[in-house]
Amino acid sequence: MNKKAVNAGQTAETSRKKFHDRVIVNLWCWLFMAAAVIFYILFQGYPILCSIWYSLLDWSGLTTNASFVGLANYRELLEDQLFWNAFANSLKYTAMIVPLELVVSLFFAYILNNEKLKGRGIFRTIYFIPVITTASVVGIIMIFILGVQGPLNYLLNWLHITDTSVNFLGTAKYAMPTLVAISLWKDCGTYMIYWLAGLQGVSSDVYEAAAIDGAGRGKTFFYIVLPLIAPTGGIIAILCAINSLKVFDIIKTMTEGGPFYATDVIATFVYRTAFSSEIGMPRLGYASAAAVFFGITVIVVGLILNMVKNRLGKMNQEVSQ
Amino acid sequence: MNQGKMKRRIKKVVVYLFLSAVGFVWIYPILWMVSASFKSQTEFFSNRIGLIPEAPTFENFVRIWNKANFGTYFLNTVIVTVFTVILVLIMTMMAGYAMGRYQFVGKKAAMGIFLASITIPLVSTIIPTYEVVKSMHLVGTKLGLILSQAGGAHVIFLLLFTSFFESVPKELEEASKMDGCNYFKTFFYVMMPLCKPIATTVVIMETIWTWNAFMLPLVLTLNNPSARTLAVGLYAFKGENTVDWTGIAAGGTIAVIPIIILFIIMQKHFVEGIAGAVKS
Repeated sequence: MNKKAVNAGQTAETSRKKFHDRVIVNLWCWLFMAAAVIFYILFQGYPILCSIWYSLLDWSGLTTNASFVGLANYRELLEDQLFWNAFANSLKYTAMIVPLELVVSLFFAYILNNEKLKGRGIFRTIYFIPVITTASVVGIIMIFILGVQGPLNYLLNWLHITDTSVNFLGTAKYAMPTLVAISLWKDCGTYMIYWLAGLQGVSSDVYEAAAIDGAGRGKTFFYIVLPLIAPTGGIIAILCAINSLKVFDIIKTMTEGGPFYATDVIATFVYRTAFSSEIGMPRLGYASAAAVFFGITVIVVGLILNMVKNRLGKMNQEVSQ
Repeated sequence: MNQGKMKRRIKKVVVYLFLSAVGFVWIYPILWMVSASFKSQTEFFSNRIGLIPEAPTFENFVRIWNKANFGTYFLNTVIVTVFTVILVLIMTMMAGYAMGRYQFVGKKAAMGIFLASITIPLVSTIIPTYEVVKSMHLVGTKLGLILSQAGGAHVIFLLLFTSFFESVPKELEEASKMDGCNYFKTFFYVMMPLCKPIATTVVIMETIWTWNAFMLPLVLTLNNPSARTLAVGLYAFKGENTVDWTGIAAGGTIAVIPIIILFIIMQKHFVEGIAGAVKS
């Protein structure tokens, strides 16, 4: 009897000690998390919720008198042609750049993945340099390089490809493709590194086996390597699409969304509405509604692409079985 | 046999020629900018595509450094980058340590929330972020820039640290506990020295990102030129001096050369970090 009571007391004691330990571990862990959590809340979590709140206000941001207007901002957005123009441009830009970027970067990655290729480190560095150069600087310099008096037009005239100078950024028809080309060049290195990471997962036996079977490098690529790295490709495509939807720096510095809103994307639309005085009073509430609407779009696009990727992956597996 | 060898050699030469030609075109704009920054105004227009200035001059650098605030911009960029990187490093390392080594209440939720923010575009949070900085009375200051740039989820860095700390054997920690170290001491003396490779990757990546950041510094220094970074300063300079192209080129050179040099020296770490992002 007595012994039992002692035992019970002991287990109670140990379980209390265990509980005490767990509490201590939890406290320490959250202490370690504290800095990250505080910064996250202040500059990400709170702003996300706050954006939604702002989007329901009629507010210039300059004064404190904001009035609650419900969904009026969203209703106005739906009828705002400039907003839909920017929205369509964001999607157009993304639809143009993602396939191009994937193909071009994979092309470079496949060439540079060859271990027998001497000096491939140097080429990799060179192709990566545009990635780490400041986007706004690139944008500004490109204005001149592509400009009417710039080196590109000089070269095109000299080679007699064109007789007169082409105003790449000032012509509505050319502005968007030009921006796509510049972004393609600027970001290619990142996606090349992604592909290289995927290609490193393909063992050299695969290439050897293909070579023994008499398959050339092209055939090996399309029939053997490509199916193997397709899953990585899916992830890369999603990352590329999300990054492209977010584009701002290059467009802001190169065209400011012009000419006549031909390259205006959501980021430049929100910036102009919220922070710029060129169109009268800033409208933080209205800009927030556009920002929220767009944030949701990016998430939805990400989810859809992810679903497509999983579906394709499953189909692929079934076919190979 | 001999013919096959010949064929292979020709193929090899073609590949190298192709890669070199593309490589040249690839970095031509940057070389052009650096070259233009050493040209005089007259030479800039007479020698538009050439890369070697006939009469190199430092005059552009002197002019914009002294007269167009690029000295200030440069210093601002260095200060903002250094402190942002330190903050980001400390917080991701500590959080990664907790998440990689311990089970605690709310860990999965925290990770889920951090992960979910990858897709949120900066433009969707920039207006309230501006208001947060404003309520701290830090708009147009370097501190405001540092804090807001250090904010956010830093998901890649968290994942890198978390998976690293997961891989460290348990024994190391227990030994240090035996020696009477508490959690903080264990972290400081045992764990921190171990994660140097990851820390280097994080420092390099965050340095490059902060140095190049544009939207946030642009918005936060709209009315205060004295806190501008190079990326924003050059944009403002271009707005005010559309004709001074050699000055713009010199400003661009000041902005990108330090970061290119840093990258070339430390590229291994940067590339590993990028590749790690897609793997995880």
